[in-house]
Amino acid sequence: MDTPEIIVTLAGLALCGFVIWYFFFSARQTASAVSTISGVQEVDITVKGGYSPDVIEVERGKPVQLSFYRDEENSCSEELLMPDFSIRRDLPAFKTTLVELLPQQAGTFTFTCGMGMLRGSLVVK
Amino acid sequence: MEPTTKTETLDIEGMTCASCASFVEKSLTRTPGVQRAVVNFATEKATVDYLPTQASPATLKEAVVQAGYGVTERAPDTSAADRQAEIDQQKALAYVKLKRRFWVATGLAVVIMPLSMLMLWPAMMARVNMQWLNYGLLALTLPVLLYSGREFYTSAWNGFKHRAANMDTLIAVGTGAAFLYSLAATVVPGWFMRRGIMPEVYYDTTATIIALILLGKLLELRAKTQTSAAIKALMGLQAKTARVVRSDGQEVDVPIEQVKLEDVVVVRPGEKVATDGLILEGSSAVDEAMLTGESLPVEKKAGDPVFGATLNKTGSFRFRVTKVGADTMLSQIVKLVEDAQGSRAPIQRLADKVSAIFVPTVVVIAILTFVLWFDLAPVEARLPLALVNFVAVLIIACPCALGLATPTAIMVSTGKGAEHGVLIRNAEALEKAHQVNTVLLDKTGTITRGEPAVTDFVPATGQDAGLLLQAVAAVERQSEHPLAEAVVRYADSRQTVMVSASDFQAVEGKGAQAVVNSQPVLIGNFRLLEEAGISLPPAVRQQADELLAQAKTVLYVAVAGQAAGVIGVADTVRETSAAAIKRLQSMGIEVVMMTGDNPQTAAQVAGQVGITRYFAEVLPSGKAGKVKELQAEGRTVAMVGDGINDAPALAQADIGLAMGGGTDVAMEAAGITLMRSDLQGVVTAIELSRQTIRTIKQNLFFAFIYNTLGIPIAAGLLYPFFGILLSPMLAAGAMALSSVSVLTNSLRLRSFSPVKN
Repeated sequence: MDTPEIIVTLAGLALCGFVIWYFFFSARQTASAVSTISGVQEVDITVKGGYSPDVIEVERGKPVQLSFYRDEENSCSEELLMPDFSIRRDLPAFKTTLVELLPQQAGTFTFTCGMGMLRGSLVVK
Repeated sequence: MEPTTKTETLDIEGMTCASCASFVEKSLTRTPGVQRAVVNFATEKATVDYLPTQASPATLKEAVVQAGYGVTERAPDTSAADRQAEIDQQKALAYVKLKRRFWVATGLAVVIMPLSMLMLWPAMMARVNMQWLNYGLLALTLPVLLYSGREFYTSAWNGFKHRAANMDTLIAVGTGAAFLYSLAATVVPGWFMRRGIMPEVYYDTTATIIALILLGKLLELRAKTQTSAAIKALMGLQAKTARVVRSDGQEVDVPIEQVKLEDVVVVRPGEKVATDGLILEGSSAVDEAMLTGESLPVEKKAGDPVFGATLNKTGSFRFRVTKVGADTMLSQIVKLVEDAQGSRAPIQRLADKVSAIFVPTVVVIAILTFVLWFDLAPVEARLPLALVNFVAVLIIACPCALGLATPTAIMVSTGKGAEHGVLIRNAEALEKAHQVNTVLLDKTGTITRGEPAVTDFVPATGQDAGLLLQAVAAVERQSEHPLAEAVVRYADSRQTVMVSASDFQAVEGKGAQAVVNSQPVLIGNFRLLEEAGISLPPAVRQQADELLAQAKTVLYVAVAGQAAGVIGVADTVRETSAAAIKRLQSMGIEVVMMTGDNPQTAAQVAGQVGITRYFAEVLPSGKAGKVKELQAEGRTVAMVGDGINDAPALAQADIGLAMGGGTDVAMEAAGITLMRSDLQGVVTAIELSRQTIRTIKQNLFFAFIYNTLGIPIAAGLLYPFFGILLSPMLAAGAMALSSVSVLTNSLRLRSFSPVKN
């Protein structure tokens, strides 16, 4: 093995390690819902290459209102899917779309884009 | 007396945070006369309950202003169809933009490609300065990258920041790497040459990949809009205006949004029914195909329900509005279909798991491909080979096909189902229906009409059939008994002349009597005649026994103190039942019947429709038990029912099908609702489900096989054996085609039509 081969091999392996850690194991941005006086749990979510925040904690049995603001035109994020709540919504670009639901059971429920690439989760406690 | 409160909804402006909402809420709550105020920050709306004697919309507005915020005048609520129209408009605009980007990329790629191939003609090469050519190609590629492909890079960057990776990540990394390598070879060719590497450029690869991917996206977008065509068509059916009768009798056309409950609406021939209601006067034939899939118009008269979006054919009528907006049948159907389209089919679980880890995994494979080629290839070619294969792996691995495989098929088939009067609650129900091997039918209301009808009208010897029917109908018209209604329907269907009856008297539990044409007429059970001292001649008795043997209800008729004939009444089998059951059986499904009736009646009906296994004398509470019994035999059971008492059995079954005009409770418990009272719907539902699952399996096969074969080939696995390498441009073409082929396969479901018997 010559020097460039050693450098490329080490850099490649390091890059692989980084990709695996970054996409699968690094810490996620978590947010808890803000409850209003009326008892609705509200969360604002920005959609731009992903969901921020992408982990949302809410309480069970109280209505939840998620405001998705899609801050891009990219077609990847134009659809929102919450299969556990039978919700499919078109998210128009640069607009806020409200999604209301009532979590009855505790658990972690994934929400994704139409193709399941962008992912977030609703943690019901 | 409780004072009446009014509710007002205000659009609040100027709120920037959740605490603003609580300020407004407090200010409103403190206003005299306000009983309750709820402010929603996200929707920017305040809902206020107040006493109109103490407060008014003006004082409420004042309270909001005092808190430091504003109230905007409410715009009329946009309907679902309007919202959809707005989304469609935005999508159309996006399509136009995408098309422009595609043409720019294609136009430039067409120029870049031959220029990059000049090296194939050595004579030409000698005349061209390589360096200047590379700069020229760079200048041509930059617009492709910065204008046509910009979205890939911004999206990949945005995704990267969110630790999310999508298809754009692969394209951006792939084309980005090819471009950066080419850029270096253009700007510092000497660095490459000193290391024995020819400074080759890949501008053609970059530009062509972007053009091809954009072509794929363009085709995909066009096909995707077709997947929801059925639901859009349903939404578009709603009438835009209604002709409302004002209290002064004046008829005024008003927008559909302004129609209120209890309004009286006029519908003329050829017009659409504006909303749901009950006919007050007039009669007509109404085409309800859009809701039920039934192509024959339905006769409607005073007291019958009518539904919004159905088409009035012949007559004119007035109806009282009973439902508006989201409560109408059409809106509920649209909602149900939308919900189903938002659900996930269990079959997709594997694809979902793969999707979640797909892109990062491909990136890792691509990096390893680069490293292996760099380490193993001959020194002079290792960098270009490593780069080309790295790019090919990234570009061929398209997660689109995987992501589109199930949802597009579900979208098309749920819409198609609605078109044929089959409403599917969720994707799971659709998937379950294809596994069904046993259909359990509740007899009454599904196989049969669920209402008694005259099957035999037998006058005694010497009686004139026409006159007897006139007399019988005259008496029964005054009765409210369901059996009497069956007799009247029978007489009406034979256009019997109406005569009047006097001195009508209902005899509790036995029948009725009246005077027709000055002669006393008795109609009822045997005891009615027996108590009147009328004996049956042997011929009449024999007729009655025959009818009883067929498990029919017998009505005895006496005129002027003499037995005049017998009438057989039974719940009749629907015309379509036998054919639908035969079709189910030919699909390899066993059809089982259950009924609360005695074994004799059960056997009679089962025999008529070709069912060999049935449960008789099943109590309503025992229906779910029968489903369990069949399930215990290892069967996958579909239960078909129409009443409230069927709900537990519908829920117990592997898949429940609630039948036409079914009660809300039955619909809640069922996975599939059939809008039409016809067993043909069961056949349609199961056939649709089978076809959809077949399509999904094909799609998933294509998607998986494409990636499992495509990635190793792109990585160069075939090179050591056959010398085959996959050009990144070919990979881009294959990738664009993969999602389009999956979509096209799903769209084939649009041609589904139920087999008619």
